[in-house]
Amino acid sequence: MLRHPKKKHRQYLYQGDPLAAPPPPELETILERHRGRDDALITVLEEIQNHYGYLPQRQLQYTARELGLPLSRVYGVATFYNLFHFTAPGRYMVRVCRGTACHVNGSRQIIHALKDKLAINEDESTPDGLFSLQTVACMGACSLAPVLVVNDNTYGRMSPESAVDEMEKLKRENAILDAEVRA
Amino acid sequence: MELKLITANLGKINPSSIDDYLAHGGYRALQRVCDATETVSFTHDLKAAGLVGRGGAAFSTGLKREMAIRAEPTHPYPAPEWIPERYRYSSSFVVCNADESEPGTFKDRLLLEGDPFCIIEAMTITAFLACATVGFIYLRGEYPLAYERLTHALRVARERGYLGKRILRDDFAFDIEIRRGAGAYICGEETALFESIEGKRGEPRAKPPFPTDKGLFQRPTIINNVETFANIPFITLEGAQAYRRYGTKQSPGTRIVCVSGAAQKPGAYEIEMGTPLRYVIEELAGGLKPERTLQAILIGGAAGVFLKPDEIDVPLAFESLDAIGATFGSGAIVVLDDTAKMWGVLLRLARFFRNESCGKCLPCQIGTQRQLEILERMTQGRSRKLEQTDISPEELRLLRDTGAVMRDASLCGLGQTASNAILSAFDKKLIL
Repeated sequence: MLRHPKKKHRQYLYQGDPLAAPPPPELETILERHRGRDDALITVLEEIQNHYGYLPQRQLQYTARELGLPLSRVYGVATFYNLFHFTAPGRYMVRVCRGTACHVNGSRQIIHALKDKLAINEDESTPDGLFSLQTVACMGACSLAPVLVVNDNTYGRMSPESAVDEMEKLKRENAILDAEVRA
Repeated sequence: MELKLITANLGKINPSSIDDYLAHGGYRALQRVCDATETVSFTHDLKAAGLVGRGGAAFSTGLKREMAIRAEPTHPYPAPEWIPERYRYSSSFVVCNADESEPGTFKDRLLLEGDPFCIIEAMTITAFLACATVGFIYLRGEYPLAYERLTHALRVARERGYLGKRILRDDFAFDIEIRRGAGAYICGEETALFESIEGKRGEPRAKPPFPTDKGLFQRPTIINNVETFANIPFITLEGAQAYRRYGTKQSPGTRIVCVSGAAQKPGAYEIEMGTPLRYVIEELAGGLKPERTLQAILIGGAAGVFLKPDEIDVPLAFESLDAIGATFGSGAIVVLDDTAKMWGVLLRLARFFRNESCGKCLPCQIGTQRQLEILERMTQGRSRKLEQTDISPEELRLLRDTGAVMRDASLCGLGQTASNAILSAFDKKLIL
């Protein structure tokens, strides 16, 4: 009689609830002030992003549990708003304004120049983790058009050349900072 | 003419010093309201002054306040459980809409950065008249400096007793919270803004019920734009007659216009209503760069209307702009000279609405997408400077149909106005 070869079973080991441990202390301090208040969700997400630089999945799961919300609601809100990211951004978040005034003054050329310079597309980061590129609808600085915003600093009246120069400057600044940290 | 009524303090006072604000007549209006024996006259005054909302919809501010004051309280005590505890006992709310995301508009940022106490005072006055104990400022996430200054101003006002319990009299308590937006154009729509404050996706609600009946947390809510609030201390202090001295008969007062684009001196200028557009562009904003000619003017932001160069003499007031089928909108004026490529601008506008549509109602969700696709088909494979005759009539009809459906069937202002600028460019034959 032919015997069937014994089926190999993959071993699934239940390792317990991944959220069984209490939230990490830094998250705890953020959640503490807002526990049980579902209206504070956006504020909490903002604080988490300020701390980690982006919204890590595990932290969102903790948030949902601690605020007493379904995870789908947390993700629904987090994906709705443009300022939230789900992957770690570069050290310099470069945002190019694409509002009407900036467009008329040549922001399209700037974004092309930056794409060439950094060799990335919109919503991507350079492999060295230094730069991320984003476009925004309007920064509310139209009298300085075209505008470039790096982290929270606004650079007005840019041209493709000066935008590329700024990237060079930031790169040098970063190299100096790194050297200081190492020293 | 340029007239500094509400921007008088900008650049003159230190925005982080309440003493400076007090020295320039600050909190006199609130004092007057708190000392008055009856308060109905202030709302009547506001109505008589003819102040209309400066955010874009141009609804009478006085009427809005009156409706909110008269609204039936929807949730009598005991207050419902689902409202967060700290807001449960405010019978109404005062909200300041500082989510200024309209491309080409930056007046609210200047007001909040330059004179934050003025907005706080105006909100406190409104709260006193509407018996609200909680107010919100919904600030755009992209304005870090305004956030810093407002947070500081709120802290100082609390320390000095202009916010908190017992403001100027024993029976008045009011406090303001700042909520920061997270980058969504749609949250400038009032009901979407409420959803966002409540911690949800910023999707607009169906109206009616209007915010004055069921707004934030289903309570009567007075929501005004930053610039509208900035007018309130003046009207409260000086009265309707004094306010009506400025501007035209139907549009009293002043307006802040934000000139950007190809002008020599782009910036925000406060003008008396009825000032000709030509004066604003040529005198205040310094005209075009040498050897350039005017191609078009986009007035009212992305949801506004294009004007032809020969319409530059129109007086900037609600009634005269209405007469030529334009809108004042948020006060944005984008000047396009002959180097600007109209097709590029139109594609940019269409893409903006496609990206910013929240997706709740279908006419807008699909319409903005189709609008962009039609425009892309029109431009495909052709040079940007194509002849008028090259636009196929079927495509143009489709574009108009899409626009009409969006205007009639969309839930909120975003969809209703998404086709305005694009269709006006075709109507006025600005596309060559």
